[in-house]
Formats: sequence, C-alpha cells, structure tokens
Amino acid sequence: MSGPNTDYDPVEVTPLHPDEVDQMRRTALDAIAAADDLARLKQVRLDHVGDRSPLALANREIGALPPQARKEAGQRVGQARRAVAAALAERTAELEAEHEQRILTEEAVDVTLPTDRDPRGARHPLTTIAERIADVFVAMGWEVAEGPEVEAEWLNFDALNLGPDHPARTMQDTFWIEPPDSGLVLRTHTSPVQARTMLDREPPIYVVCPGRTFRTDELDATHTPVFHQVEGLAVDEGLSMAHLKGTLDHFAEAMFGTGITTRFRPSYFPFTEPSAEVDLICFVCRSEQPAVDSCRTCRGEGWIEWGGCGVVNPRVLVACGIDPQRYSGFAFGMGLERTLMFRHGIPDMRDLVEGDVRFTLPFGMEI
Amino acid sequence: MRVPVSWLREYVRLPVGVAVEELTGRLTALGLKLEALEFPGADVTGPLVVGRVLDLVSEEHNNGKTIRWCQVDVGPHNADGEPRGIVCGAHNFAVGDLVVVALPGAELSGGFAISARKTYGHVSDGMICSARELGLGDDHTGIIVLEPGAAEPGDDAMPVLHLRDEVIEFEINPDRAYALSVRGVAREAAIAYDVEFADPALGAVPAEDERDYPVEVADPAGCPVFVTRTVTGFDPEAPSPRWLARRVQLAGMRPISLAVDVTNYVMLELGQPIHGYDRSALSGPIVVRRAGAGERLTTLDGVDRRLDPEDLLITDDSGPIGLAGVMGGGTTEIGAATSEIVIEAASFDPVSIGRAARRHRLPSEASRRFERGVDPGLPQRAAERVAELLTTYGGGKVEPGRTVVGEVPARTPIALPPGLSAAISGMPVEPAAVVTMLRRVGCEVAADAGSGPLEVTPPTWRHDLTDPYDLVEEVARQVGYERVPSVLPAAPAGRGLTPPQRLRRRVGYTLAGAGFVEAVTFPFVGPADWAALGIAEDDPRRNAMRVANPLSEQEPELRTTLLPGLLRALARNVGRGQTDAALFETGAVYLPDEKPRAAPVLGVDRRPTADELAALNAAVPAQPRHLGVVLAGDREPSGWWGSGRPASWADAIGAVHRLAEVLGVEVAASAGQLTPWHPGRCAQLRLGDTLIGHAGELHPTVCREYGVPARTAAAEVDLDALLAAVPPLVAAPSLSTFPVAKEDVALVVDESVPAAQVGAALRAGAGELLERLRLFDVYTGDQIPPGKKSLAFALRFRAPDRTLTEAETGAARDAAVAAAAARLGAEQRA
Repeated sequence: MSGPNTDYDPVEVTPLHPDEVDQMRRTALDAIAAADDLARLKQVRLDHVGDRSPLALANREIGALPPQARKEAGQRVGQARRAVAAALAERTAELEAEHEQRILTEEAVDVTLPTDRDPRGARHPLTTIAERIADVFVAMGWEVAEGPEVEAEWLNFDALNLGPDHPARTMQDTFWIEPPDSGLVLRTHTSPVQARTMLDREPPIYVVCPGRTFRTDELDATHTPVFHQVEGLAVDEGLSMAHLKGTLDHFAEAMFGTGITTRFRPSYFPFTEPSAEVDLICFVCRSEQPAVDSCRTCRGEGWIEWGGCGVVNPRVLVACGIDPQRYSGFAFGMGLERTLMFRHGIPDMRDLVEGDVRFTLPFGMEI
Repeated sequence: MRVPVSWLREYVRLPVGVAVEELTGRLTALGLKLEALEFPGADVTGPLVVGRVLDLVSEEHNNGKTIRWCQVDVGPHNADGEPRGIVCGAHNFAVGDLVVVALPGAELSGGFAISARKTYGHVSDGMICSARELGLGDDHTGIIVLEPGAAEPGDDAMPVLHLRDEVIEFEINPDRAYALSVRGVAREAAIAYDVEFADPALGAVPAEDERDYPVEVADPAGCPVFVTRTVTGFDPEAPSPRWLARRVQLAGMRPISLAVDVTNYVMLELGQPIHGYDRSALSGPIVVRRAGAGERLTTLDGVDRRLDPEDLLITDDSGPIGLAGVMGGGTTEIGAATSEIVIEAASFDPVSIGRAARRHRLPSEASRRFERGVDPGLPQRAAERVAELLTTYGGGKVEPGRTVVGEVPARTPIALPPGLSAAISGMPVEPAAVVTMLRRVGCEVAADAGSGPLEVTPPTWRHDLTDPYDLVEEVARQVGYERVPSVLPAAPAGRGLTPPQRLRRRVGYTLAGAGFVEAVTFPFVGPADWAALGIAEDDPRRNAMRVANPLSEQEPELRTTLLPGLLRALARNVGRGQTDAALFETGAVYLPDEKPRAAPVLGVDRRPTADELAALNAAVPAQPRHLGVVLAGDREPSGWWGSGRPASWADAIGAVHRLAEVLGVEVAASAGQLTPWHPGRCAQLRLGDTLIGHAGELHPTVCREYGVPARTAAAEVDLDALLAAVPPLVAAPSLSTFPVAKEDVALVVDESVPAAQVGAALRAGAGELLERLRLFDVYTGDQIPPGKKSLAFALRFRAPDRTLTEAETGAARDAAVAAAAARLGAEQRA
C-alpha cells in the first residue's frame, strides 16, 4: 500500500496485469454468485467491493502507472468494478426478493378464522320499515307527523266522528286511563295524529304518521296489544278517491315492486266516507295462475288485505276547523306488524315483540 | 249474518245457474264482505230416500240393546219388489211412519259410507237416519220421522229435508245494519245483478181496526214505535215446519219450538227483532219505561239482574218483564203450554239498547240489531208476519185489533250537490245515473231538481245515510270501486324530516353499529317492577299512569322508565341461550302531572277554541322519548385472539358518550346514586346543568330479581333532551399544520378524586396551546402510597401559527400540572 507514486518503476506494477484483474473480477463474481443469503452477500461486498478489496486496491494503483498505461488499466479495472457492482446489485435484489418471499410465506394466516370480535348490532324491523315508508312519502313532498300515545279521548274518538255511543267505538278494544273521567286513552289507532295535524296546520296537508297503537288483545300468534300503524292524510282542494288510489298504488310499488297495485273494497270507518278496504296484489304470485293456487303468502287469494282508507268524512274536517266546502281529503292506515309479517314471511307476531336478538339481527339496519 | 242462498232467491230473481262464489264476489264489491261460505248437505251423497216402515220386530240382544228389525218400503228402490230389511237402534217410530233411509252406496257426513252389512243377525240393507247423522242438528235421540203425507216412499229425501243449501256468512259493517236480514242482503243482491227485488216487508197490513193489548209508552224517545198483535188458540205442541226450522238452523240459530222459531225466522227475514209474551202471564197493560231505583229482573237466561235507571224496560203491573230490545224476562216467557201469544214488534233507540247490552254484558241477536238501527217502518208488517206464521203452523187465530203506539219518524231530506259524487269518487257519473242508483237503494229522489242539488230522502232502514258524502258512497259502490282511477296527487314541496326525526335515525344507526340490538317492548309495568328495581315509595318514578282495564292485573301501569321492558327482554335472551346480549330501546315513557286534570270532551260541530285546545293538550301527560340500553355477558367474545371482554359499567356509560359524540353534544359523567344502579358504579349524565340520565352497573339485587346475569350494565337517558341539544350547525375546526409537541405526565392523587376532575384541571392549566388530552393509564400499587392512584395523561400541544419551542411546551405542561396540584393536590410522579 502506498500513496501516489511519482517516482515509480513500471516493472513493479504487477497487480495491474490484465490476467490479474480478470482473476479479481472472476473471484468476486464467483463469490457473489455463491452467496446464498443476505448475510453472506454482505461479507462478499466487504471482501470484493469494499475499500480494501483487491479491485479497490487495484483502482488506487492506477494513478501510479505510467501515463501510457493508465488508460488501458483504468478501463480494465473500471469494467471489472462495474461488473462486480452490477452483479452484487442483482444478487442483492434476488436475495432480498427471496428473503421477502420467505417471510411472506412464513407469515401466512388462516383467513377462515372467525373475525367476529366486534359485536353485531341491528335495528328493529318495525323501526326500519316505518322509516322506509316515511321515505316513500317524504320523497313525494309529504311530511312525517307524530302525536302522543296516551291521547285525549276526544282526539282518539269524538273528533274522528266516533261519538260516545258509536258502535265502532265499542268495537275498538280500548285501554282506558284511570280515573274513569280522565278523558284519556291509549290511542287505538294513529288517526288522532290526523286530527292534531288538521288542528295545527292549514291545508294543503300531506302527512304520514307512523306510530305505536294499543288495543286490548291478548298476545298470540296474530295479535298483540301493542302494535304499530302508519297513517296517511291529505287535505287539499279537489282531492278524490282517485288520488287516494294513486297514492296507495305508488306506495305499494315502492314497498313491494314494480307492477304491484291495489284494489278497493267498500268498507266502513267513521272517519272516512266513502270508506274502503285496500288490498294489495300478491307480490309473490302476482295473482297469476298457476302460481296463485299454491301461494303461501296470499294463501291462494291472489290479493293481500293491507289496510283501510277513504275520503275524510266532512264531519272530521268540521271538528278540526277545515271548510269541507272548499277542501276534501283522503286518509289511509295500515298495520306495520302485518305488513312486515307478509312482506318478510314472519310466522308469529310474538317474534316482533319479544326482543329476541336472533330474530332482529338478520334484519340489520335497513329493510 | 248467515244467509242461505235458497232463502235469498225467494226475494230476488238471481240469474239461473249463477255460482255462489260469483254472487259473493259481487256482494263483496258492494260492501257485504264475505266471511265464510258453507255448503251444508254437500257431504251427504248417494241414495237418500223416503221410506215407510211396513213392519218392525223388537229384538233384545246379549249386549243389553234392543234393536228393531224393520221392513221398509222404499218404493222403486225396493230390492226385487220386496221392502228392505233394516236394523234400527231407535225406538221413536211406529209402523206406518215415514222415515229417511240411506241406501247402500250412500255416504253421510264425515265420510260415513253405507253398505248392506251383517249386524245383530240380519243383513241390514241401508240405514234409517237421525238428524245428527245428516248434519241437520244435534238430535240423536231418535231417527227422523217425517210428517204424514210429506212424501211418497222412494222419493228423494234431500228436498223433503231441505238438506242441501249454500250458506253465505257475511261480515256486516256497523253502517249496514239493514244487511242483518235476508231482506237487506236480497236488496243488495238485486242491485248486484240489476234484477227485481220483492221486498218481504211490503206484505199487506190490515187497517188498524181496534186496539190490541193495551200499551203505554212512557219514553217515546227510547221507544218511538211499539206494535202488538195477539194470537189465541195456538197449539204449543205444533212443530215447526221442516223448512222453517232448517232455515233458522242454517242462519245460525237453534230451532226450539214453533213460537220461538217463528219469532227468530221473522227477525232473520226482515231484521225486526220480535218478542212474544204468554198473554196469560201478563197482568195489566204493558208499559215501556226506564227502570226505577232498585228494580230487578230475571232475564230468560236465568240471571237475576239489578237494573240501571238508564235501562229501558218492558213492564206490566207485576213490574219489569223484559229488558227492552235486549232480552225478555222469565215470568212471561212462552212455554210448553202457551196458547195465547202477544207479539211485540217495536222500535227502540239504538244508543239506549247498545248501552244496556254492554252494561249487562248481554249481547243478543236482538240487541245487536237494535244498537245498529232497525228499520222503524217494520214493526207493523213484522207483527203481521209473525201472526200469519204462528196461525198457519200452530193453529188458532189472530185476534182482531192491533196496538200501534208512536209513528215512524220522518226522514230529513239530504241536499246532494249535482257534481259531488263525481268529484269525490273520482269517477265520472252522469246525474241521471246518480238518481237511478240512489233510488235503487231505496232513497226517494225528488223529480227534476234542475241544476240545483238533488233532494234525497233516505229510506227508513238506512240510518247511516245522513250526509251528502254518505250518498256519494252509495253511488260509488254501485259504479264499482274497481273503476276508481289511479291519480297521484302532487303535494307541495315538503320540508323533509324534522331534525329530531333525522337524529333519531342517527341514534339507531349509531347504537346498532356499536353492536346493540334494538328491542321494542311493551310499556306495561306493575308494582312488582318498582319493588324489583328497588325504587322507593316516594320516588317520582312510581307516579305512573294506570290503565283502567289492563290485560294483566300485575301490570296495570304505564312505564316511567324503559328498564323493566329491556330487562325482561334481556332475561328472555339469556334464558334462550343468548348469554352475551346488548339491547337498546327508544320509546316513550309516560309522566303524569302531579295533579292530573281531566281532558275535556269537546263538541264536534266546530273547531275547538284556542282555550279548549290548550285545556285538552294540558291534560295529555308528558311522554318524553327515552333511550335505554342493557348489556350482559361478554361485550367482546373470547376467540383465537384471546379472551373475551365482559360487558361492564363502562360500556353502558360509553354507549351514551359515543352517542353524544356522534350527535355533537357534550355529556358529562359524574358519580351518581340512583336505584336500580350499583351505588358505587353509577354515573349521572349531564348536559350542561341538566341531568338527562344515568348509566352504570345494575345493583346485584336487581339482576337477581329480573333473572339477568350479575353485573348487567344499563343506561337510560332522556333522548328528547339529548336531541334538543344537538347544534343545528357544526362549526368547522381550524387545522394547524405546525408540528405537534407531546408530553406525558403521571399525577398521583387520592383514590377518591375523579379522573375527569384531574383532566379538567390539567386542561384549564395548560391553556390554549393544549390540543388534546387523553388519560392512558390508571395505576395503583406498590410504586405509590396506599390510598393513592396514579393517572397518566398524554398531552398534545400545538400552536396555530408557529412551531412551539421546548420552553413553551414545558411551561404549558408545568402550568397544567400546577393547576392539578392546586385544585386536587395532585403530585407529579417521579
């Protein structure tokens, strides 16, 4: 090892003999090829590329050569060094890729392991169906109205043309609130919300009222004393049964699919006149032969009883301060439990009220 | 209402061969809803013939039974010209009687096949039938013996017995009281097919020559019309004709005796309830009046009833003899020896009868009709019809004279605007068609009203027709509801959901997303719940509204807290094996005023005044919506990742905090004490200064009482209050992009010092440079003195406009620690 040589004897510069440079190069390349992991390659790098490696030393000797020999020696050593560096880089990349491959292989997991560490939750289908229905109407510009569950008897009955001795009043199995003269009931339907809305606002009125209602039925597979209804009310100039039909047809399509329409059958409700029962064409068999005969959803009827509806009785308008000469209205109401039961094939009403998470979870967040 | 089609056809000429399903379809479309369709007699097939008993031999057998070996002439059905030999177990017939024989090959109700078979030593070549075997009634005491001359041997017995028919059962809506009669249904059927209707109520009523039984009506409002007619010389033994008894039976009533069957028959036919009195048991004039104090009546069902002053009575000199329109009394009942019958056909006030029937819990066929409204035009004709039938089949004669008290009330005409039917029904209807249709249902329509409103007088049997819209319905149902067009109305642009409506959805999504399952429970609670929850007698939550007629006497109250329902649902889940469960519910609780006021019952002829409405609303109790959550078992299950994490008090509080965060409101927890929570593990939750609820672990006793796992956690907050605090607008934060400076401090404080207070002190002391503060560790143990705990906080500092220097950060940290030290005696841990 020496510093720059200005007083040299060319004969002494043996390390730069071409054969020797080639030898260094071969040795280095062989060592690189032989290194089979990154640790060994690191040693190879020190031995053959590092500052003390033969090629590095040879490179340093170039300056000591006579000017006429420098060029050739420089080229030879440079080529050798580049070749070794390239081989080293390539081998490094190879070994790193191999290494990473090995780690990735070692890190493999069983992706079929359960991942249910976070508990699942769900909303009750009664809530989500009420929201879904509300959305159908809100999309048409209607609003959602609400009212109290413990309600004034006057709003639950009298204002709706159900006088104290009206036969229909006794047909509705009412929970009365103590004391006997409290004038309060657990509302038997969502219709008092209609009355409240008409007392609160001026026409035009377009509201839908989902809510909880109560009747003195014992809980069984098809009855529950606490249930839910959705009620719709429109009061405007020039409304007729045709608008009622149009609204219900749209509602039916939105809930049950394209082409699902409704039909009316004459019926009686004190708060509507004319009144109708509304049936839904069965959304499973579509009332088409031969599917209808074996249809379990409509029990072979082709139609499903859905709810009641009619033109708002002018007496109701009068009691709520709306001029029946100028305005007319229509109203409709359905049971949410019943709608859910036939829409989703729920066999037993009790499933809806017991709070069993196994029932509710599959409904998730939307319906 | 059950209607045999054969009866219906008597008054309406239905097209020949029209299927009953088609008929019911049309009637349903008119408003008479089909409840059920029955085909009585359809299950009896094969040869069922009339036979004459030519000879009979009684034979006693070893099993103790005496049978009869009969020779029966069945006319052309005789075997080789010889009468058939038939074994019969009944004894109620004699030689020469006409009987009903099911020949081999016949099949009776229930698939009972008849064949020639060997029995009691004979080959019985058929069977002599009882009423029950043919589905004609319950009578199985003997076989059917036909009236002499009813038929010839060998005749088909089906028509003789009126065995086969089609019976339609209708569900009659309250407004269609007239359809509680064959007459009413027949009128609708005539409309359905546009054919002639022969009104059975139009029979002749002879002019009133003299008075029949003396009658006084002291309450004309309660009894507008009272008619009597008397039959004498009646044979109480006379049987009901077979057709009449069969019709009564098919209509759903039990045939009893001629007199009773006839009154029922006329009621079914015309809709007019009839009462018959044994004239010999009456004393003095019949007086219709309200009950006096302390009066009693033993009704036909044998129940001795205390009468109410509102009860409308039929009385004579002996006192009450009937509860008008509901049920007669026992003393004047027509019995097995009655030969003089006073027939009552009257019109009573529907409200009065309805109340009496409900008061005495005595719904009868009569009261059901009267409370809905009976045609006041009927009594005279109905009494006549009863008298005719009684004398025709029971002999005797109709006494001259008829008592008629009162008059048929006149109907007020209704003015029907010409275009109203079309405007309201949405269907085009010609004015002329409107007139035709109204006349078809029995209305009188004044001729030619020009362009003004039609003057329409409803018939006496249509109490429901009072308003123009009622007439619109009559027109619409005849045009056909199926022809109503479908037109979607254009509502004005709406405002969408209200903020609380939107936020309630967000609450649901948040909790469901956090692993809670929504429950919708019943709001009924009872004293046992208050005891189970450990809620003291004077606790305001015990001030619950009471239901006067609860389904369960154990749960007569309305909830003031959601917890009972949720805990019951949780217990149900645990009981069914779902031991890890987290439930939530949002729903109303019912909070009565300290001094509840009665809600006024207002008039309906106008809008209530503002004061009236205010009084009404003031009487309706507050019903805020609450949110409740309950958790039990593991909040996170154990798995390959390690062991599970049990649900705890922290999850209950955390649920509310998480919700508050999502809603953008700040809820602060502090130590609270409220049953049913664990006294040391209960947080009270505040929104500013307002207490909105509690959360934590439930008291162990409460868990035991409800059968839920120990350490069940729960929270309940006033959701309305929470939602009301949600800011309408979120103010955007301003973000600094300068580097953050982090400092951790560990502070030793007394164990009783709440972590939230330490945090608040640090925050106050740190000043504006503090960006975030987080408690990341709580330590108690050997490293610090007993009775102390160490709270480790991570503080992040950042300035909006510069990179903080170490000195600035250090000063802020020191100030924070100093504040904690000053306020709470906190010492920085070395």
